[in-house]
Amino acid sequence: MGFDPIRAEMRFGYGRSPVIGAPTSIDAMLEGVAGPDVMAERFAIAPFEEVRARVILRRALRKQIKATDASQAERDAAITEQKALYKAAYQDGLHWLRQTMQRRVWTSTGFRERLATFWGDHFTAYGKMQVLRAGTGPYLDEAIRPNLAGRFEDMLIAAVRHPLMLHFLDQDKSVGPNSDLAQKAAGRGLNENLAREVLELHTLGVDGPYTQDDVRQLAELFTGLNWTPHKGAIFRKRAAEPGAETVLGRRYGAAAEIAPVEDVLRDLARHPATARHIARKLAVHFVADVPDRDLVAAMEARYRETGGDLVAVYEAMLRHPAAWRAQAGNIKRPEAFVSSSLRALAVPEDVLGAWKSGRINRQLRQPLARMGQPWQRPLGPDGWSEEDRAWITPQGMAGRLQWALGVPEVLRQEVPDPRDFVEVALGPVVPERVRFAARAAESRREGIALVLMSPAFQRV
Amino acid sequence: MAQGFSRRGFLLRAGAVGCSAAASPFVTPMSFAATPWDNRLVVIILRGAMDGLDAVRPWGDADFAVARPGLVAGRDAALDLDGYFGLHPALGALMPLWRAGELAAVQAVSTPYRDRRSHFDGQDLLEAGGMSLAGGVKDGWLNRMLQGVPGATAQTTYAIGQESMLLTSGAAPVSNWAPDVDLSLSAQGVRLLEMTMQDDPGLAAAMAEAVRLADADGDAVVAEDEGERMAMMQGKALRGGKGHLRIADFAALQLREAARVASFSIGGWDTHVNQANTLTRPLKRLAEVILRLRDGVGPKVWGKTTVVMMTEFGRTVRENGTRGTDHGTGGAMLLAGGALRGGRVYGAWPGLAETALYDRRDLLPTSDVRAWAAWAMRDAFGIERSQLEARVFPGLDMGDDPGLLL
Repeated sequence: MGFDPIRAEMRFGYGRSPVIGAPTSIDAMLEGVAGPDVMAERFAIAPFEEVRARVILRRALRKQIKATDASQAERDAAITEQKALYKAAYQDGLHWLRQTMQRRVWTSTGFRERLATFWGDHFTAYGKMQVLRAGTGPYLDEAIRPNLAGRFEDMLIAAVRHPLMLHFLDQDKSVGPNSDLAQKAAGRGLNENLAREVLELHTLGVDGPYTQDDVRQLAELFTGLNWTPHKGAIFRKRAAEPGAETVLGRRYGAAAEIAPVEDVLRDLARHPATARHIARKLAVHFVADVPDRDLVAAMEARYRETGGDLVAVYEAMLRHPAAWRAQAGNIKRPEAFVSSSLRALAVPEDVLGAWKSGRINRQLRQPLARMGQPWQRPLGPDGWSEEDRAWITPQGMAGRLQWALGVPEVLRQEVPDPRDFVEVALGPVVPERVRFAARAAESRREGIALVLMSPAFQRV
Repeated sequence: MAQGFSRRGFLLRAGAVGCSAAASPFVTPMSFAATPWDNRLVVIILRGAMDGLDAVRPWGDADFAVARPGLVAGRDAALDLDGYFGLHPALGALMPLWRAGELAAVQAVSTPYRDRRSHFDGQDLLEAGGMSLAGGVKDGWLNRMLQGVPGATAQTTYAIGQESMLLTSGAAPVSNWAPDVDLSLSAQGVRLLEMTMQDDPGLAAAMAEAVRLADADGDAVVAEDEGERMAMMQGKALRGGKGHLRIADFAALQLREAARVASFSIGGWDTHVNQANTLTRPLKRLAEVILRLRDGVGPKVWGKTTVVMMTEFGRTVRENGTRGTDHGTGGAMLLAGGALRGGRVYGAWPGLAETALYDRRDLLPTSDVRAWAAWAMRDAFGIERSQLEARVFPGLDMGDDPGLLL
């Protein structure tokens, strides 16, 4: 078993498209990860700077609303403006959901889009206040997408230093107990949240060789990491805990600056436990819940040999026969189910592009939540479950069927003939039962839904 | 082709390969009569680590106010429980239940989980019900309890909400549903769906159960004509309401009928920052859910109901640098229901003096949260202690009978 263009699309991309060709080789798949980010340019998402600008504006409006010397009219105007601000943030979030879907529908480098999703999930972060809620899209474009083909440590540093991550895991609230800031402002202290998740989720893994003391010392090393709405990411010397810290037995410089933080992150990224954690997680995500041991071992070895060169690790996966096994693999998560449906239907760019936010909400955001995967809102920083059983539930299946039956509402134009659609979505080896169902369906609407609900479409 | 088939065929076939549809009403119409007990149990998982010290405040402990200068305002007599403990104001709506003996708390509980203080592991262990996560997790304790009950069917237990819970996962049949889904397709469509899935038992079983539940919770799945089907599917999207109340309503509806066990989660408890504000919302939600359940099941069923509310661990005794609290160890659990011997705070109070704390930072657990759930199931369903200690909660010592239920 080895490379197969159909499987490359189904298992390592967002599925088949009637208008975009499949990759022709493993080399092409890997080159597609490294080239210019065509999709991010064509379906742009705003820079995080714009999200920050909203935080600034919100602060100003809050001040105005609470000002004792303001007139009622001034206060009312500020309240109205604040509502408009929240609405704009909400609408941006929906627009960026649409842009993400467009990228998946129109990409000719599907593996790249899947990797962007995988790593975005690995480094889960979302806004915990209204104006930051849409910030995940910009964060992913800045911290994750530019690093898909680099070293893991560079992505780690970019994610950990990003304002949205600092906000999400409370790093922006953490102050070294013996820092200048703590001396002056009583009641400010250490927050371990980011340090803990970096060890548990991002690098070593929950079974990794670290202790509560490592968590605390890493948290103390992190104390300078912060951001401001005006400047973005900063290193705040006044909040940094003085003195050296020891993490996993290694001492990191006493200087309150960014260098020791980057040092510790690079060391964590290159740690053998991280190699194992990342190799396994990639294999589980792309191939199967219980991946071939030899496949994981090959990826782990490549990771260690190259110091976490991600393309080399991807290549180790794609060159391994177990990655291409014919047996059906993972169930698509709801997001991939919806994206690959839109791609198979080749929903025209301008149709999706013309949707107003209400429609994006009804046709994409709400259905994803019903299927069990609310957009960019997993329960916690551990992201979405990799286990098939988390998704194969009556509730999840009902959500998928409901969405699949609503395809005519998505297209608002003639629905394709299910007999043709089944070949596009699954071909060239279509299970006879699915082909029969597509032919025997009472209506086009049900025929399309039956194809989308078939195990051949849902399991890759 | 359009004659001689029905949903029943789908369910029968899916039932033959999967577990959850095996007990569908189309297959075993007598399942109502087969219901194993009359008492009801509701388990609510509070995800994110509820601060038990803030929910059930130990005012009688002099160290409490000292540890949390920025968190708690003054003591309120109207929220006093027993002279020592007092409720958080956001739980104030539950005071009438307390006075009626239908609300209780247990202080200083925890799972066997120690030191790592990870939500995800903490919740996994809480739901898995064992001594540790070593060796992996394959099912949840509520499911294992059901595995030993003859006559327990998929309708006996409902896991409610959009996420799937480890607590109810396992070999025993459990219905999983979020009450905001609706399906509508032709009889032919149902039949063809069955056919395409027949080689994939997992998908087929989940789909069959989805069809059954969608059929049961309001509108029938199979509709007469295409226009009607489209209209129905668009109509359901307009039904609004608060998610947590819809869940409570659905639970009440099922518990009034054949269901005896229901479980769901309420999130939002991870109050690292500005807890005085951030804890109010989840507590209010919790109180609303309890009252809605009570009203929904009616007095007769409420009298047979026990609600167990548990969280993965407690939070630090001292407030942190950001007017919140961090992950801790010992915490509180809450109990409600007409079946309960309530109006008291159970559990041994270890005190908040620094030397009494776990790791000098957390409330010292004095009992295992699993033991209280075990006694509730012993009392409500008559599950044997030996079963509970060996199979449902491996490694648990239930200790003395606290006389939890009436």
